[in-house]
Amino acid sequence: MTELYERLREAIQDERPVALATVIEGHNAGAKLVVEPDGDIVGTLGHTELDRIVSRDAVGELAAGRTGVRHYGAEGQARETDVSVFIESFSPPPIMLVFGAVDFTASLARAGKLLGFNVIVADARSVFATVKRFPMADRVMVAWPDEVFDHYGDRLGPHDAVCILTHDPKFDVPAVQRAVATDVGYIGVMGSRRTHATRLERLHEVGVDQKGIDRLMAPIGLDIGSRTPEETAISVCAEIIANRTGHVAPSLRDSEGPIHRPPAEG
Amino acid sequence: MKEILADLDAWRAEGRQVALARVVNVEGSGPRDPGAAMAVSDNGDVIGSVSGGCVEGAVVVEALDILESGERRMVSFGYSDDEAFAVGLTCGGTIHLFIEPLDW
Repeated sequence: MTELYERLREAIQDERPVALATVIEGHNAGAKLVVEPDGDIVGTLGHTELDRIVSRDAVGELAAGRTGVRHYGAEGQARETDVSVFIESFSPPPIMLVFGAVDFTASLARAGKLLGFNVIVADARSVFATVKRFPMADRVMVAWPDEVFDHYGDRLGPHDAVCILTHDPKFDVPAVQRAVATDVGYIGVMGSRRTHATRLERLHEVGVDQKGIDRLMAPIGLDIGSRTPEETAISVCAEIIANRTGHVAPSLRDSEGPIHRPPAEG
Repeated sequence: MKEILADLDAWRAEGRQVALARVVNVEGSGPRDPGAAMAVSDNGDVIGSVSGGCVEGAVVVEALDILESGERRMVSFGYSDDEAFAVGLTCGGTIHLFIEPLDW
């Protein structure tokens, strides 16, 4: 009786996408289907046609990362409501690529883990990019941005994030170049407004177009007056959330003046 | 459910009877989205959560009852002046839970 649970657990543990469909109202309440992205199923909802329709819908819900209730006729008919099916999508954790093994990196990696990201820290300098300095990261890569994007670029989507903390054109120009060529949802780049102005010139020179530039959150983070690495990590993570949900929050990119202002009087 | 998977495994390994409660639908303002899950073992241990702490106590009672009867069912909690809702969400929303024995 435990095959369904085991299949579900294995997929989640192996970080493979999987959906669980459960009849919650109607005939056969409790009946289940475990659905994989290729449409492979385990279990049954009690009728082959219902299984076929629900697994098809579950594949779509899974691709969109949605979880919710859908209604069907007893044999899978649309626009009928005999059977309510709860389709739960389990997506692998989103990816956060952090470039630069700097003092802000450890805090950001920690905050990224708190939000459930699979955190990868990368820096070309082997002295700095060590597991000892970033034990909280899921992976530490001694690598240039090209190598990192060769590996992860195709896997990046709307829920993933790239945070470029190097503020050294040697690293951050190629990192931005490769990041804007992906579908990643968030690209934040650290550095003062002056650093970013210089960076923009270099990005233009290497052919990053305005559409790419518009995707950059730079200076990185929300304008909440953060100073310490920990506070900065919170401002970056909050910006990532706001970016994903489309809610309005004051990004440093959209404000003017010094990033670090003295606190307001009163 | 992801968050409670490791604990569920441990309970199953110990041979405990477990009831699983999942949020399947939320109307209006609700603290947790569909997919939020908690589980209750036959000796009353609890893992996970389905709200901001508003209805967990009542879910435990329902879950233990379902473990006893073996009958899975939908349970709803909302904010209402209606006395039918003895336990409610202070945020004004309604959450619908599916509670069942983890026998699958």
